[in-house]
Amino acid sequence: MDQNVDITMKVNGQQVSRRIPARTNLVDFVRYDMELTGSHVGCEHGVCGACTIRVNGDIVRGCLMLAAQAEGAEVETIEGLSDAGEIADLQKAFHERNAVQCGFCTPGMLLTAQELLTKNASPSREEIREFISGNYCRCTGYQAIVDAIEWVAEERRG
Amino acid sequence: MKPAPFAYVRAETLDQVFDLLDEHGDDARILAGGQSLMATLNMRLSAPEVLIDINHLKGLSEISCDGETLKIGALARHSQVLESTDVQTYAPLIAKTMPHVAHQAIRNRGTFGGSVAFADPAAELPAVTRTLGARFVLQGRDGQRTVVADDFFQGLFETDLKENELLVGAEIPVIQDGERTAFMELARRHGDYAMVGIAVQGRIEGDTFADMRLGFFGAGDQPILAKSAAAALNGQANSEDTIKKAQDSLDADLDPMPDLNGPAEMKMHLARVLTKRALAELAS
Repeated sequence: MDQNVDITMKVNGQQVSRRIPARTNLVDFVRYDMELTGSHVGCEHGVCGACTIRVNGDIVRGCLMLAAQAEGAEVETIEGLSDAGEIADLQKAFHERNAVQCGFCTPGMLLTAQELLTKNASPSREEIREFISGNYCRCTGYQAIVDAIEWVAEERRG
Repeated sequence: MKPAPFAYVRAETLDQVFDLLDEHGDDARILAGGQSLMATLNMRLSAPEVLIDINHLKGLSEISCDGETLKIGALARHSQVLESTDVQTYAPLIAKTMPHVAHQAIRNRGTFGGSVAFADPAAELPAVTRTLGARFVLQGRDGQRTVVADDFFQGLFETDLKENELLVGAEIPVIQDGERTAFMELARRHGDYAMVGIAVQGRIEGDTFADMRLGFFGAGDQPILAKSAAAALNGQANSEDTIKKAQDSLDADLDPMPDLNGPAEMKMHLARVLTKRALAELAS
């Protein structure tokens, strides 16, 4: 049987069609085929969260979904969210609160934080910690990340 | 690592799934949410020739209740189950469980049926469905059959599913007046596989335990219903002595395997600790 597939999807608003090996996962597709390298590849078995991507409005593990499964989907990466200005306040808060050090986890952390804040406008610190528990950060000790998300939640509530 | 090469088919109908299963047998794997399968493919623990993606099959992701039975379609995503008011109302034990099932990004893809069919002894849903006496609907080419959870789970990643059958849904008896629930697990990081976990449903009439069902995960080669512990509780007053007897009888129910978290003795200890805590929560 054919080990390649034809796929068509929207990536950051742009319609793309490609023929790719069926085994290509979504994060490798956006990195190598779309040359969008903001989504990172860490553990490749769903533990670290560095590969977080948004598909049809929900965050997913980019390493645990085949690109072929995103047929017809709206795929958004950190580049898309960043260019659209959707998470400008989160990015600013991460920067100002020292929630970034090496930056490897940051794109995944930002997408996860954004999903939390769209579901829950006033999360407690405990709820923030629980929601980002699927994203490893090896630099910051999380405290500054929780601070930044909490601060943006307050700002957005006005 | 990257998966070994495979062919990929997006199935549109059940007949197409059965045709592919007949044709490829063991060389084909069903791809539901993929949150366990993709990891095993990436690590090359498994290298099927064909992946049959069932995510586009129609009518398999509904959650509904007729007042007696809560039906959860096999393709219902964990996040959908987590947010379902029917689940909160009719199966509060499942509602208490869902926040512990992995992390949001994984819950957005992972499916109820996939978790049950994979039958990981350390996963929450196999143990919880067994605790609740769930029935699973297995679809073959020529029709459906229904299997109770006690008969469905048969060993380490082993179930009653035949080679050319597909799990299409779960039927869960709705909670009855007076039934109480508790769910707890011990994990090193929230959302990770638990070292040991417990799910309890039962009654406390006056101060006497009745109809107790205690399910454990991470405590053996399959999800376990602790029948000896339940027997030690039923008809007995909620006292330190009764709970001690239930804890002691876990030796007959559980057979944990040592893993990276620690030896079997440690898991037995944790199971006894969780039993005491869960029963206290049940009584509160």
